[in-house]
Amino acid sequence: MAEVTFKIYRYKPGAIDPPRYDTFKLDVEAHETVLDILERLRLDDPTLTYRHSCHHGSCGTCGMMVNGKEVLACVTRVLDLGTETVVVEPLRHLPLVSDLVVDMTPFFEKYEPIGMPYLRESEYLPEGQPPPEVGTYMRFESCLECGLCLSACPVVGTDPAYLGPAALAAAARVVQEPRGQDVARVLQMVDTEQGCWRCHSAMECSEVCPNDVDPGGMIMYLRRELLTGKTLSGGKR
Amino acid sequence: MNIEEYKRPEPRQPEARLSEWFSPTKRGVGGWAFLLHRLTGIVLVFYLLLHFSVLSYLARGPEAYQAALQFLDNPLFVALEVALIAAVVYHGLNGLRLLLMALNLGVKQQKAMFWVVFVLSALTTLVAAVYMF
Repeated sequence: MAEVTFKIYRYKPGAIDPPRYDTFKLDVEAHETVLDILERLRLDDPTLTYRHSCHHGSCGTCGMMVNGKEVLACVTRVLDLGTETVVVEPLRHLPLVSDLVVDMTPFFEKYEPIGMPYLRESEYLPEGQPPPEVGTYMRFESCLECGLCLSACPVVGTDPAYLGPAALAAAARVVQEPRGQDVARVLQMVDTEQGCWRCHSAMECSEVCPNDVDPGGMIMYLRRELLTGKTLSGGKR
Repeated sequence: MNIEEYKRPEPRQPEARLSEWFSPTKRGVGGWAFLLHRLTGIVLVFYLLLHFSVLSYLARGPEAYQAALQFLDNPLFVALEVALIAAVVYHGLNGLRLLLMALNLGVKQQKAMFWVVFVLSALTTLVAAVYMF
């Protein structure tokens, strides 16, 4: 157990405006996560707002900034951070609703037109023999739709029209495994100034992705697909 | 308050800021490579303007150009030229790194490639500094 100081970002339109940081000192157990701490604090202050659901890093709803880096609060142990003060802030580059809650609408507005791939052939158990009624083993896509990549991307911060790493990674998945989707339409969507060519390869998205989607790598995959496609077709795709 | 009268407060919209490029909260090596690439790119643009302004002395005759060169021939400007070499070499080599990445080559090794770029840039600058001073 160790004593840790928490600085929590507070903002409520019309009520806590301009924003401020509330400071708390708490004794923290080794197993406690940032989300556990927020839940403890909320017992004393029910106006503290944050978003969460599953508590085990699979729903992607508790994305926030902890010590200046995007994380899922539910799988971030406080003592693992190794700092005496822990600063908790909302995700960046998204509209701020209240305290640590951001409006994910702009995220999904860019993600949905791609086709929202959510199932893929499983790469696990390659030697496994699925039962005849199953056909092939499937699993959910890796992307949790948590928005951490959007928050970390320096280009999204300067250009809100940019499609962004999550939507582009989803587009790359459609190209890799179409599952009935129109690949040409998706490639046309990303082959634009605000599509995969807008990325400046800072790779901050891949750095913060909690589920190894590697959006930066997927954007590079799309570029190569487009470049080789154009080369092979004499400049036209 | 009557529930029909309740109006949900508007979320605070994020502002697009160019300063985001220069934010010191970088999450990985790629972020620092990106920041250095921006900074050196800006340095090169300003150098180009400076270069043209020095060359413009040619239009005023050989004496004026020689005078301008003599004005620049001091340790301060030599130090700035060394810094310029650092910017040129880093920007060029990192540009090759970005080109490879855009072709989906070595993306998984992008961090190692950055350190190669960084060390080569530092060595080149060091050799240039020894030669020029």
